[in-house]
Amino acid sequence: MALAKITQISGTAVHVPGNDIDTDRIIPARFMKCVTFDGLGEFAFYDVRKNEDGTDRAHPLNDPRFKGASVLISDNNFGCGSSREHAPQALYRFGFRAVIAESFAEIFFGNCTTLGIPCVTASATDIKALSAAIEADPKLEVNIDVSALTVTFGANSFKVGLPKSAHEALTTGHWDAIGELLEGKDAVAEKMKALGWAA
Amino acid sequence: MGKTLFAKVWDSHAVRTLGNGQTQFLIDTHLVHEVTSPQAFGMLRDLGLKVAYPHRTFATVDHIVPTDVQTEPFADPLAAEMIKALRQNAEEFGVTYFDLSSGKQGIVHVVGPEQGITQPGTTIACGDSHTATHGAFGAIAFGIGTTQVRDVLATQTMALSPMKVRRINVNGKLRAGVYAKDVILHIIRLLGANGGIGFAYEYGGNIFDEMTMEERMTVCNMSIEGGARCGYVNPDEKTFEYLKGRNYSPKGAEWDAAVAQWRAVASDADAVYDDVIEIKAEDIPPTVTWGVSPDQAIAVTENVPAPEDAKTDAQRTSITEALTYMKLPAGKPIKGTKVDVAFIGSCTNGRLSDFREVAKFIKGKKVSPSVKAIAVPGSQIVDVLARQEGLDKVFTEAGFEWRGAGCSMCLAMNPDKLIGDQLCASSSNRNFKGRQGSPTGRTVLMSPVMVAAAAIEGTVADAREVFGL
Repeated sequence: MALAKITQISGTAVHVPGNDIDTDRIIPARFMKCVTFDGLGEFAFYDVRKNEDGTDRAHPLNDPRFKGASVLISDNNFGCGSSREHAPQALYRFGFRAVIAESFAEIFFGNCTTLGIPCVTASATDIKALSAAIEADPKLEVNIDVSALTVTFGANSFKVGLPKSAHEALTTGHWDAIGELLEGKDAVAEKMKALGWAA
Repeated sequence: MGKTLFAKVWDSHAVRTLGNGQTQFLIDTHLVHEVTSPQAFGMLRDLGLKVAYPHRTFATVDHIVPTDVQTEPFADPLAAEMIKALRQNAEEFGVTYFDLSSGKQGIVHVVGPEQGITQPGTTIACGDSHTATHGAFGAIAFGIGTTQVRDVLATQTMALSPMKVRRINVNGKLRAGVYAKDVILHIIRLLGANGGIGFAYEYGGNIFDEMTMEERMTVCNMSIEGGARCGYVNPDEKTFEYLKGRNYSPKGAEWDAAVAQWRAVASDADAVYDDVIEIKAEDIPPTVTWGVSPDQAIAVTENVPAPEDAKTDAQRTSITEALTYMKLPAGKPIKGTKVDVAFIGSCTNGRLSDFREVAKFIKGKKVSPSVKAIAVPGSQIVDVLARQEGLDKVFTEAGFEWRGAGCSMCLAMNPDKLIGDQLCASSSNRNFKGRQGSPTGRTVLMSPVMVAAAAIEGTVADAREVFGL
């Protein structure tokens, strides 16, 4: 299945600070009572963005200066906890096309990659510098070169990390594995037989 | 050079190498529930695909099921829509479904082992991060997202990169009042909520050898809270004993062949690990969480940390944020913190042995009038077995509500929720902000016996003192 090659992500950015931001926080469980992912965008980070009466709380995603950001920046172990794909689906629908963090929880990382959302890792120092720069100039364009694995903003740039397999999948347009997995049908049938799972 | 169980299972289930270098990895058993599957079935429909091996997919309904009144239609129309969708998808795609009327429904991670679907040396995937539970049987079991649920349904495989293996040895003798839950909370406290990223955890040493299968499930269940996508215990005689005679376990000559194979899949004595951790069993206290991440845990006798205890700025921010959310004073004992709700249940601690253990201590005692206490069996079978032993009566006489099977208050996708900033002493697995259904609700994780002690005292309490352990 030919998909878009994801080589560059450009746009403004917003920093949601904190370590261990879990997927319950990204999308509270009650919003998962749905049979499609449509409409999840407005519930991204809902319980930390909204008061119980639905009015806004102080949160970077409510800050008008960062409205329309397509790059999400966070800190350590972003996306930990529940495997819910509703989390990256909500972030995508909110408008995010890439995430930069010190590290990512594995299931969240895999879910994002499968949806074509690059999750790149950066050092705490680089994240601090980037977030200071966007704080000073919220309209600053941030470019993630997924191919070269660099992040550029203004005159500055730093290197980011991405496992080789995800890098390959995103930059060659093979981030959704279904086509390739289906092609392995005969090899799978043999393996199923060898493992004793013949129907 | 010997191999680990993980390496053996990896080798036997690798189908081929994909273009990006990942492995097309075969999944023997696919477990499905109502929350993370409807979109996946929808994607199959959109692509005109079928379930490739429907006899290897097993579904049940757990997250959204009310635990008080379980008759349909459910009061919540969204929940009603989800159970309807699962029923329809199971029917249309021809997969086995343990419905509410089957007598076999329950939390998917309780049902799999109970039915003998979970077997050593197999690979198990489910759109649920607590799939690691099945590792108790020496299965490589992990959570996946919904798009991967689609992949497994359509191909019985998924794209996967190998994991490193960390052996965690716990040896010695556990102190009185220390349970499997304390062992895993202690491990997470030591290694961190992100310590396991990139690893499968292999739990070894005499403590895990001596644990029952249900205790091993409690430990493996929370591997993900330590950042490890899967965790396992090598299969042994206890594993085989547990599986013998269950619905989906092999029978007759096939049983003997299976046991021989299961024995051989265990890690070799000279297996090489990417990392080894040694923990003394005597160092493990009855453990409770004080913050909003499962690694923010202390002994029940300790004081909660203060921001000034932090070694780094990031740690100071985390402590401050957690204390503010939890409304706990810095540097003060956790013991004595007022509790509003007590919850015993979940895929971590909702099995028969959990209720049996608590029942031993709550006979003749009463839940504090200020506490709402609920006991929620992990499956319909756990419920029936517990009732046969009269456990439900022990709980209700002590002031607990005895409920029907489901995920209940672990994640509050059903009517069991905290209200406002209520504090819950909980036998579940996550203390994230808002996890139990109220955006300001507070969770203190602990073993079921500690939950019972908290329910009786009305405060976070040391079960050893309350029950004279």
